[in-house]
Amino acid sequence: MNAVGSAQIWNGSIDILIVGEGIDEAAIHASKLDGVDKILKFDAPHLNHSLAEDVANIIFKIGKEYNVIIAPHTWFSRNILPRAAALLDVSMISDVLEINEDNIYIRSTYAGNVHAKLKSDDPIQVLTVHSSKFNAVGLNGNAKIIDSKVPEALNLSRWEKEKKIESDRPPLINAKVVISGGRSLGSAEQFNEVLTPLADKLEAAIGATRAAVDAGYAPNEIQVGQTGVVVAPDLYIAIGVSGANQHIYGMKDSRVVVAINNDPDATIFKFADYGLVADLFEAVPEMATLVSKT
Amino acid sequence: MKILVAIKRVQDYNIKVRPKSDGSDVDLEGVKMGVNPFDENAIEEAIRLKEEGFASEIVGVSIGSSLSQDVLRQSLAMGVDRVILVEAEEVLQPLAVAKVLKKVVEKEKPDLILLGKLALDSDAGQTGQMLAGLLNCSQATFASSIEIKDGEVFITREVDGGTESIVTKTPTVLTADLRLNEPRFVKLPNLMMARKKPIETIKVDDLGVDVSSRLNTISVSEPLPRKEGIKVKDVKELLQKLNDIEGLKI
Repeated sequence: MNAVGSAQIWNGSIDILIVGEGIDEAAIHASKLDGVDKILKFDAPHLNHSLAEDVANIIFKIGKEYNVIIAPHTWFSRNILPRAAALLDVSMISDVLEINEDNIYIRSTYAGNVHAKLKSDDPIQVLTVHSSKFNAVGLNGNAKIIDSKVPEALNLSRWEKEKKIESDRPPLINAKVVISGGRSLGSAEQFNEVLTPLADKLEAAIGATRAAVDAGYAPNEIQVGQTGVVVAPDLYIAIGVSGANQHIYGMKDSRVVVAINNDPDATIFKFADYGLVADLFEAVPEMATLVSKT
Repeated sequence: MKILVAIKRVQDYNIKVRPKSDGSDVDLEGVKMGVNPFDENAIEEAIRLKEEGFASEIVGVSIGSSLSQDVLRQSLAMGVDRVILVEAEEVLQPLAVAKVLKKVVEKEKPDLILLGKLALDSDAGQTGQMLAGLLNCSQATFASSIEIKDGEVFITREVDGGTESIVTKTPTVLTADLRLNEPRFVKLPNLMMARKKPIETIKVDDLGVDVSSRLNTISVSEPLPRKEGIKVKDVKELLQKLNDIEGLKI
């Protein structure tokens, strides 16, 4: 939805590409997005797991008819879009924060420490966008769904199995509230005991620092940072987090940042709108008791 | 099985790089440089595959000025068999790097091509996928595990909300996540020996590929800092601020 929002900057007609097996429902959902002209549906058994080789091949086949190819900056598109760009012999701009007229972009480099403003001279603009930086479009549209002829399977790789994280919580990537724990939580048991009640109350996703993941307190899938997931919720609560560079990179675009840490000199306080110097083992349960959201 | 590993020289991961005062580029004067951390995982994995008897030879390649010799020597000290430096004065963008690597692949004919999943400087994460596209071969990005069974390559890789396992046909391009392994420490005698080994040098102009920049940097700047926050005295005050000032209704 945000990627469609970012595409509107060019004032051209917008089509959406949907690839997979048995994707009628997804196509119908996409057809309701505001400002979209056509939904190009590529539906075939061999597209079931969206292997990079086959999906990039489809983008390559239809890409020459477009001026701009955009996707949100997710693991899915990061895998496929560079391959498609190379097939089209154009460069790609990753994780764009801002789009200006005349194909000028702002993106972050050097672990978020430097913002680069650059202009692309390519005939086709291929980019992934930092979703939280763009407005989502509404769902009052009525785009036409077109069943497209699927190229034959390339059979360069095959899918074996997947392991999805089972959770009742909202996905980290688009949760409105994220609670992250650092190594100060002390153990996997305490990580869960301290964070879960507050996360339940706030309907929040739980994240972790790389230090907490390395210490075995939390699975890597919930790591927030340059080497994990980048989040930008309305409220980010950093609990027992010191504030390493690479973690800051993963949360600095959050609207409101709260830090709770017993070390008044922790770096995280420099990035927090509200800092509470306190023992997290007392403050977090108290907060869980006092918040009224249910 | 032969392995090619691509290695980039970047700033040390602990260093906060800043723009030059005129905003024309980043200031790397005096900044500690080394092997891109994700590339170090790629090198380590190649060496393990050789130690386990799956690989016969590991070739390392880097693209850059003569300064990039140091990262190639580091890879030799870790256990790479021989190295190639593609000399280029300009910093190449991912598509150009992929085109150069394609030439090296055509010459060396490796079965596995290993790269880091992204470079700490440009933060693009594109080169491996682009190379696989140009080679029309299989790819597996963000790998946290690589195994070889019956001539096939089994990879566990990061996807949105979990991991998946795929199997690729060789030749295949794999990009390494930090979780893939723990790179070994280099022993000083190995580093001394690596200094004596030759580095094959190729001039980028001799490869006959278009390495021109398609993306032109207009300026670089420091991101706006977050506004200075405040300290609250207790949980009650915190919740009062979040509700009354931020309107979060919690």
